[in-house]
Amino acid sequence: MIAFYLFGAIAIAASLLVIAQRNPIYSVLLLIASFGALSGLYVLLDAPFVAVIQIIVYAGAIMVLFLFVVMLLNAPHEETEHDERVHPLLRRGPMRFGGVLAVALLLELVWALTKRGGESGAFPSAAVSSVRDIGRTLFADYAFPFEVTSILILVAMVGAVVLAQREVPR
Amino acid sequence: MTPLLVAQIVLTLFVFVMLLNSAAVMVYVERKVAALLQQRMGPYLVGPKGLLQPLADIVKLMFKEELRPKAADWFLFALAPIISATCAFAAFSVVPFGADTTIFGWVPEGLRLQVADVNVAILVVFAIASMSVYGIVLAGWSSNSKYSLLGGLRSSAQMISYELSYGLALASVLVVANSLSLTDIVNRQAGAWWHVLPRWFVFVQPLGFFIYMTAGIAETNRAPFDFPEAEQELVAGYHTEYSSMSFAMFFLAEYVNMVTVSAVATDLFLGGWHGPFLPESLGWIWFLLKVAAILFFYVWMRWTLPRYRYDQLMRFGWKVLLPLAVVNLIVTAAGVLYFGA
Repeated sequence: MIAFYLFGAIAIAASLLVIAQRNPIYSVLLLIASFGALSGLYVLLDAPFVAVIQIIVYAGAIMVLFLFVVMLLNAPHEETEHDERVHPLLRRGPMRFGGVLAVALLLELVWALTKRGGESGAFPSAAVSSVRDIGRTLFADYAFPFEVTSILILVAMVGAVVLAQREVPR
Repeated sequence: MTPLLVAQIVLTLFVFVMLLNSAAVMVYVERKVAALLQQRMGPYLVGPKGLLQPLADIVKLMFKEELRPKAADWFLFALAPIISATCAFAAFSVVPFGADTTIFGWVPEGLRLQVADVNVAILVVFAIASMSVYGIVLAGWSSNSKYSLLGGLRSSAQMISYELSYGLALASVLVVANSLSLTDIVNRQAGAWWHVLPRWFVFVQPLGFFIYMTAGIAETNRAPFDFPEAEQELVAGYHTEYSSMSFAMFFLAEYVNMVTVSAVATDLFLGGWHGPFLPESLGWIWFLLKVAAILFFYVWMRWTLPRYRYDQLMRFGWKVLLPLAVVNLIVTAAGVLYFGA
């Protein structure tokens, strides 16, 4: 229980600091810390496989690419055209936009929690903890969504290659 | 405190200290083997046959001045070597290195010679290996030096490229062993075919072993894939600006990573602690011998092969190693499906 609050606190604090940071490198690192804490929560939920995949896929692969891009762009600070003394989050435009987002998120949360009655019984614990069961479920029951997702990713990859290619070689 | 708990705490500390020592021993071995291959003497002044040379090196590093570039990002500059060293040590925690022992009956339950028994151990090793790239990248970026930055960028590109082949080589072993736990994988390799050939996965997966070792050398940034610290081009790459103990931590991380890659290779492909002549309780001697052999191979490679060119490294990784790994995995999966595990 102590571990749950510890990981939860780290996840929330790191996520908040991600948007409060001016230096994008620190934002990336804090996001990694947040993923690490989430993976700790998965371990507590008796799902070590999901926890490790969380680290491999998000913290290990995707965030390295993020860091790579941020380093190559070499943008140490956000470009601001406004007054430097006012924190960027406290300006009018971001505050209105953030306010709308916060209200929407709050409504969604309330709706989701009241609909499920607070207790979600969707996954039996064995299905999340055993690699074999995850594989079975993924490739038997959810084979169609799985394949559709892979086609979606392939399309995204082809699109990225096409966009990155400056001119067609003849 | 039950005897089992005490034994586990002692075991954890023991593994930690032995990993630290292994780095010191590897420094000595590296220099002696290099000297042997180049027909030199190597270290011979400090202690008998130069055996105390690593100790002298450590004392020297400790008393050096800790320098920091003026324009460096101080927090990340200090954090990077810590990330590197922590990841190196953490990865070894799930590697089993011997059969269960009761320590002459003192622990009746039987102590497993492994710091943490995780049922997805092999993925944990992979996850921590993928985290260790941050230490190098951040060191390169925070130093605010062009050599460091280039070293850091090269390292991240290299590690991302070779991680895929590394993961696929691991996956083909998983398919054969039908388990994610390293202890189970080792136990599947007990015994011998026709009482002669040991049941090691290297004989089932020769290509997988080759891919694993190549990608492992690239992951640990060792020659002939030591681009992040290519001396002739980048001074010392990502750790150019580091001195004293923070430099020593990168050094330590490199050697501990080598030990971990060798230990995992021993568990996955070379039958772990199984071997002839010795009783099961002394299996860790076999384990140590196999790890030592792979480490010697590492050093041998470094002083034999010249460094590749960077574009050669990338082409080899993406156009040769990765397709080979994919084909190997598909063939392995088809074989397991056809013949049964």
